[in-house]
Amino acid sequence: MRAVLLICRKELNAYFASPIAYLLMAFFALIFGFVIFNATTDFLRFSFQMQFQGGGGPMSINDQIITPLLGFSSTITLFLIPMITMRLFAEEKRSGTIELLLTSPITDLQIILGKWLGAMLLFACILVMSMINVALLFAWGKPDIKPVLVAYLGLLLQGGCLLAIGALISTMTKNQIIAGGVTFFVCLLLWLLSWSTANDVGVLPQVINYLSIVTHFDNFSKGVLESKDVIFYLSMIFFALFVTSRAMESLRWRA
Amino acid sequence: MIKVEGLTKRYARTVAVDNISFEVEKGQIVGFLGPNGAGKTTTMRVLTCFLPPSAGSASVAGFDVLEHPMEVKKRIGYLPETPPVYPEMEVVEYLKFVARLKGIASQAVNGRVDEVMNRCAIADVRSKLIGKLSKGYRQRVGLAQAIIHNPDVLILDEPTSGLDPKQIIETRELIRSLAGDHTIILSTHILSEVEHSCERVIIISQGKLVAIDSVANLTNRLRGSEAVALELEASGGRPNPTEVQQRLETVSGVSRVMMKDSRDGKLLFEVESLQGRQIRADLARTVVNSGWNLNELKSIGLSLEDIFLQLTAAEQKDAGLKETQGVTA
Repeated sequence: MRAVLLICRKELNAYFASPIAYLLMAFFALIFGFVIFNATTDFLRFSFQMQFQGGGGPMSINDQIITPLLGFSSTITLFLIPMITMRLFAEEKRSGTIELLLTSPITDLQIILGKWLGAMLLFACILVMSMINVALLFAWGKPDIKPVLVAYLGLLLQGGCLLAIGALISTMTKNQIIAGGVTFFVCLLLWLLSWSTANDVGVLPQVINYLSIVTHFDNFSKGVLESKDVIFYLSMIFFALFVTSRAMESLRWRA
Repeated sequence: MIKVEGLTKRYARTVAVDNISFEVEKGQIVGFLGPNGAGKTTTMRVLTCFLPPSAGSASVAGFDVLEHPMEVKKRIGYLPETPPVYPEMEVVEYLKFVARLKGIASQAVNGRVDEVMNRCAIADVRSKLIGKLSKGYRQRVGLAQAIIHNPDVLILDEPTSGLDPKQIIETRELIRSLAGDHTIILSTHILSEVEHSCERVIIISQGKLVAIDSVANLTNRLRGSEAVALELEASGGRPNPTEVQQRLETVSGVSRVMMKDSRDGKLLFEVESLQGRQIRADLARTVVNSGWNLNELKSIGLSLEDIFLQLTAAEQKDAGLKETQGVTA
């Protein structure tokens, strides 16, 4: 555990010593701020209209602002993940520092877990940027907090999955651009798959739909915490990290 | 301390290391010598558990690299060819990270870091970013990293490459000062390096072991043949260099005559003898009898450079291989 935390701290230092962490946080804050501003003004205009003209159902900040917003965030994170994970292993391989890690008395799994945890913490920091905006909604409205927390948990879990996949891809090359590009492509593919198969009833589309990491976020964004989704995410994270450790092992043998 | 038996490492198409065996005793400094691409780095990577061997075995302090990699890693300090440093870290920060990575207890970390910084003379750059350091400093940070956990075995891959002459001397001194407590293997393709720092030499070429012996023995063994420098006075184009060369070649026991220099009315030759033959007296007689003026005649030892070239050339011709391998110490 000590080794895992050590690697994790090193990764966080590296993120925050370079502009990458600040850039990602600023990028996410900007987009999230823009979208929440639009959503809130629409909501307000709509509720004014209803006040004067009457009619319409009950308004809910949760359903009309927060749910679509966090659903949208889950898509945005698909673009952020490759930028977080691309350097994880590729950079160490290029600069040769991987030799230091692999010849130190720690296991491959400790290295992988540490790196993944570091990436996870940066990702959490990015999500925290969006909480500032959401907090404003709580300051002036009375949304239900539980669905919001569930949605954030969903974002974290989905992010964890994609980060683990990104880490896996990063072990396979020395080139950060390739690692980032392939991870981005995979994220995009998962997203597109969830679109195209959503309404199909055949077995294959259903399987693909189930495996598409993005679809499991739907329940979370509605504030529904289902154990099957949590278990899906956790097992995907476990699986991807396990394959990463296998990939590192095989790299040694092929080297 | 280090035992390598029948070690072979194959990559996809090439055999990088081919059936190498050697042993290194505790406290020795051993030079690992070979031309570029001979398999030095690969052998070192196997010893540090970075690469698994394709066949054969390697063990450090009695622990096999495949079966007990953790125990081996704890006992090894490794400086790869490019120092494994993070440019975004400060020197102190980096060394603390490595100290913890190597499993030094938290309360001992600061003490160890200060100690190795003093030893490697990098205390003056302690809070500089490693990315801003010169190559020489970076190399020393790499060395500090390798010795921070006081390992039994130090494996240094070309520790002086890319340094300026002053830094090379300092690094050599540092390495020598580390001997005794540590068993050291250092690789290099520079021969003088081995002559300066090492007690024993392992020469490999094209993945195969060519020779393993102490520096002195190796020189002696090959110096069974004698090399002589011969200087003649020559004025007005007499004597004719080709004539001298031909005449010298007829002297019994001479294996090779090379013209080294001819200027300022002087002719300089280098003459090598056959194994175990003394040729100086005969050479002198020949020169005097021919009526030439002999300026100087002296025996010169074969340098390690010559030995190395002889050994690796022999290896390439696949001749004399068994003869040298038989002397595995």
